Amino acid sequence: MCCQTVCLVQAALEREGITTVSISLLREVAEQLKPPRALFVPFPMGFPLGEPKNAELQHQVIAAALRLLERNDVPALENFTPNQNQTNKQ
Amino acid sequence: MATYNDLSLHVRLFMKGYPFSRYAIEPGLCANLSKPLHQSRVALVTTAGLRTTEQHGFDHSNKKGDSTFREIPTSIEAQTLIESHRSYAFDHLGLAADTNLAFPIDRFRELESRNVIGELNHRHFSFMGSIVGPGKLIEETAPQVARMLREDGVDVAFLTPV
Repeated sequence: MCCQTVCLVQAALEREGITTVSISLLREVAEQLKPPRALFVPFPMGFPLGEPKNAELQHQVIAAALRLLERNDVPALENFTPNQNQTNKQ
Repeated sequence: MATYNDLSLHVRLFMKGYPFSRYAIEPGLCANLSKPLHQSRVALVTTAGLRTTEQHGFDHSNKKGDSTFREIPTSIEAQTLIESHRSYAFDHLGLAADTNLAFPIDRFRELESRNVIGELNHRHFSFMGSIVGPGKLIEETAPQVARMLREDGVDVAFLTPV
């Protein structure tokens, strides 16, 4: 239900003119609620930015999400793919 | 990526039966970026059920879910935050090891120092996302947070579930 709550708060923020992007852990939920911008991440529930204490991976996810901020072809729902170097490190 | 198939049977059945489409966001809702990101004021919003040591915990007994929120000052040390999310649908150990996993305040401080973003807002917000009856969230608390952040002059919000 976390993903629904994120989408609903995200919508309230957009209605106030604040540009938003969210991380989504469950594609099925985001595809039904259709938030303006969301990045689907390939991580388990509880791990929205990938791994604890892995700042490099967390930055990758954040950077990919922030790139969606310029999108106005909403809903802009994209997949995150870790880069190969990071994947090998894990 | 997590899908319904990754969830426990109990949670999966609940999710498949839940009327998510009832709460679909109106088509076309879009606040365009009004200035470049490196000039923007940014706030974080998480539904990880985080709170400071001084704040009350979230109400785990409310069947519809606790729609209240906690204000997190931007000066907070991430690891001092307490995670009090009631859900058993996720592994809590990741967030216990690193609060940045769902509330990436240290990562955004680094982006601020690199001038990737303009600045962090002086406050951020935390909800506990286990809200199955979101009426109060939609009508009251989410708009309240949105107004507070607008009054703060926030341009961009980054949202994370858990």
